[in-house]
Amino acid sequence: MKTNDVIFQTVAKVVFFMIIFFAVRIFFAGHYYPGGGFVGGLLTSGAIVLLLLAFDMKTVKKGLPIDFKCLIGLGLLFGAGTAAGSLLFNVPFFTHAYDYFQLPLFGKTSLHTAMLFDLGVYFVVIGVTMTIIQTIGESE
Amino acid sequence: MTVISDIIIVFLLLAGAFLSLVAAFGVIRLPDVYTRNHAASKSATLGVMFILLGTFIFFLAKDGFFSSRLLLGIAFFFITAPVAGHLISRAAYNSGVKMWDKSVRDDLKNKK
Repeated sequence: MKTNDVIFQTVAKVVFFMIIFFAVRIFFAGHYYPGGGFVGGLLTSGAIVLLLLAFDMKTVKKGLPIDFKCLIGLGLLFGAGTAAGSLLFNVPFFTHAYDYFQLPLFGKTSLHTAMLFDLGVYFVVIGVTMTIIQTIGESE
Repeated sequence: MTVISDIIIVFLLLAGAFLSLVAAFGVIRLPDVYTRNHAASKSATLGVMFILLGTFIFFLAKDGFFSSRLLLGIAFFFITAPVAGHLISRAAYNSGVKMWDKSVRDDLKNKK
């Protein structure tokens, strides 16, 4: 029988954006609400896995030309860099700093360097899960 | 105001629980995979949506908390659950699962 995935592919396209936006929301809410880098990264890679299920690996690689192994390195660099950046200000390793800023669209916002560390976690989680899944999927 | 919202909340939660129970009975009682899938995907979808809507109205009326996550959950479930049922049914048909012996119609039989 000829396979016809049009329903699944259309729904995957719509649902992908819902999951990605929810992942970003969970990532940014991690300081005050449940969530954070790990869950956000897992949700993001879950959205990419949904695309991998609906389409094939080549299409996803063409639409999302990211080397996920480089993403692991970038995330580790963010984590180590945030931790080591505190050494420049003569404070112990891993000391975090925060302050309140008046941003044009958000109003009074507190920005914290722990968020950069969380961004590292986010990148590493996406990179590791996607690398595992792609290597398993590519092996014959 | 609170009495009206309480009645709506109780109705939504009980209706959702009842529909989920109906879905469970359908999965047990119906004869083959397609009719079971029909019961499970439709009835459980509406049941879960009722329960989520009741929860949403509860937090809106009690705490004044507008939970956009519950609305997103309702929309997400409404989109994905029927598609999941469709994919399961199609996978069952393509792998040759037999229909109930009293079925009278199979439009896909000659489409191979």
